[in-house]
Amino acid sequence: MKAMSTTKFSLTAVAIGTLVMAFAHWFQVDYLFFASYTILQFIVLATAWNILGGYCGYVNFGSAAFFALGAYSSVALIKFDAEIDDWFSESVATVLHHIFPLPIPVLILFGAFVSGIVGFGMGYLTLRLRGSFFAIATLAMAVVLQTLIVNWDFVGGSRGAYIIRPDSLEFAGIEINYIEYLFALMLLLAVIALTTARVIERSQLGFGFATIRDDELAAEACGVPTLRLKLIATTLSGAFMGMAGAPFPYYIGYLQPASAFGLEYAVNSIAMPMIGGTTSWVGPLVGAILLGSAQQYATVTISSAVNLLIVGLMLVAFVIIAPNGLIGLVKERLRRKQS
Amino acid sequence: MDISFDLLINAIVAGLLLGGFYAAVTAGVSISFGMLDIVNIAHPGFVILGSYIAYFININYGLDPIVVSILMLPIFFALGALVYQVYYLSFERRGQESLRGLAFFFGLLFVTEVMLILVFGVDYRYVEASYIGPSMHLGMIDLPLRMLVPCLAALGLFAAIQLFITRTFTGRAIMAVSQDQLALQLMAADPIRIKRIAFGISLATAAVAGALLIIIQPVEPSVGREYIGRVFAICVLGGLGSMPGTLIAALLLGVVESLTATFYGPSWAPAVAFGFLLLTLAFRPAGLLGR
Repeated sequence: MKAMSTTKFSLTAVAIGTLVMAFAHWFQVDYLFFASYTILQFIVLATAWNILGGYCGYVNFGSAAFFALGAYSSVALIKFDAEIDDWFSESVATVLHHIFPLPIPVLILFGAFVSGIVGFGMGYLTLRLRGSFFAIATLAMAVVLQTLIVNWDFVGGSRGAYIIRPDSLEFAGIEINYIEYLFALMLLLAVIALTTARVIERSQLGFGFATIRDDELAAEACGVPTLRLKLIATTLSGAFMGMAGAPFPYYIGYLQPASAFGLEYAVNSIAMPMIGGTTSWVGPLVGAILLGSAQQYATVTISSAVNLLIVGLMLVAFVIIAPNGLIGLVKERLRRKQS
Repeated sequence: MDISFDLLINAIVAGLLLGGFYAAVTAGVSISFGMLDIVNIAHPGFVILGSYIAYFININYGLDPIVVSILMLPIFFALGALVYQVYYLSFERRGQESLRGLAFFFGLLFVTEVMLILVFGVDYRYVEASYIGPSMHLGMIDLPLRMLVPCLAALGLFAAIQLFITRTFTGRAIMAVSQDQLALQLMAADPIRIKRIAFGISLATAAVAGALLIIIQPVEPSVGREYIGRVFAICVLGGLGSMPGTLIAALLLGVVESLTATFYGPSWAPAVAFGFLLLTLAFRPAGLLGR
């Protein structure tokens, strides 16, 4: 099978996305949008994690922190909008009222910026040392960022923040259901994330990442700028996680630190690529769709604690039994058939 | 701010007591991460497991939590040996410890936490013992027994490990395996067996640390996460694998955290460990007493 060009790939992805959208719209069930939004969000998170974890071999345990940073930067901007009249003189306030409230795409970019910067900083401080230091630092960072948010009253502190989601949105004269709008945005983000991952995989950057994963010392000796590549990976990965988090306050309606920093984001964004397969963009996609829909189903039918337990057990089982994930299993099957 | 001398001294003493306890929690990680190079981020999860076992037996049979933890030592040792065996066969032998090994331990941490939630729920649990409640007074210094007893027990545990490592054959073999595995093999000692024992000991300390934790504070399943940052910060600051360094770093962190909690508010205390960790990694990655 010949590899598709990037343009063709992204067009196909957009086409599939539009189909999914039309399908969901046709059914007119809001729950379908709510459930698939979560799955799409996990596709973005898993793909973002995989850019650093799967391609470079550096484990990030702080996905929840990057996600929450995206979500809370949105909350901060929304709260800022509410305070404009108190904080600024009338003339400045009128100007600001033209800009605010910011549309969600801008919030997404801002979230990406904040999380990307934090990713860069974390990487710069810890990536020059042994790989495990970075993993530990991300784990610790999640706790500290949560401490900061809990103590920051402006974004609600430990009480949380209410974000009022409008019912609908006027776009080019057409009225769109707001949850459909959020869904469409997340769909677009998923397409962008997958395309980026696929482009990286086939580019010089991706080959550089692979050398780091296979043998960093040898790569360094051959003149691969390992630190710079690792920093690119952490920044990109962090930025995508921030993007996934930015629309979250509008989706959930009430954001509190415990839900934004929820362990399910950290564990899922590791488990999904690991179960799907970490070497290509297909792995996180497959893992996110399978685990994501299974969890949606289990949350409704059993309980959310049990479904998290299943994810954890599957993660442990897969890393022991199938180190290359489902994709690896399928490939091995095909190879055996051929020979 | 008006800092009274009285408050300052008491904060420092409380910090030292807390630091002694931190040393007990970190001892296991100092062995697994510092000496064996196994990034066991699930260690705090096992500590919490130890807490719940102490709680369960204390409430149902009225046994002292520290006694329970000593009875639990062989079981935790066996559990540790088992975990290491799985880790060795699945990851270390194949050279995949960096990515999959980490994910494995993360999965273990997560599974332990969720199982505890399913069995015990998310309520805070506590134990009952005669030394919880009363305080000793030395002049203007308050010594609450619920802090003093765990601190002394922790120091006892720490001394036992230090003696074991420096004085016995197996202990020295553990030090050797952390320095040169091949050389140890040439001395006709099986490095895998030594590592299995070492990891067993490392997990056995979690039983004691868990019992001490639930004496100091009420415990719920997710408390363990707060200790990940602390434990690794202490371990790195102490100079990986150096037991005296670990003790000094633990006392230091305890005092700084206690001062922060006293003068800025307890909700800021968890951030201290992370600051420690980042500063150490940025300026002195070898740690205080590192080689």
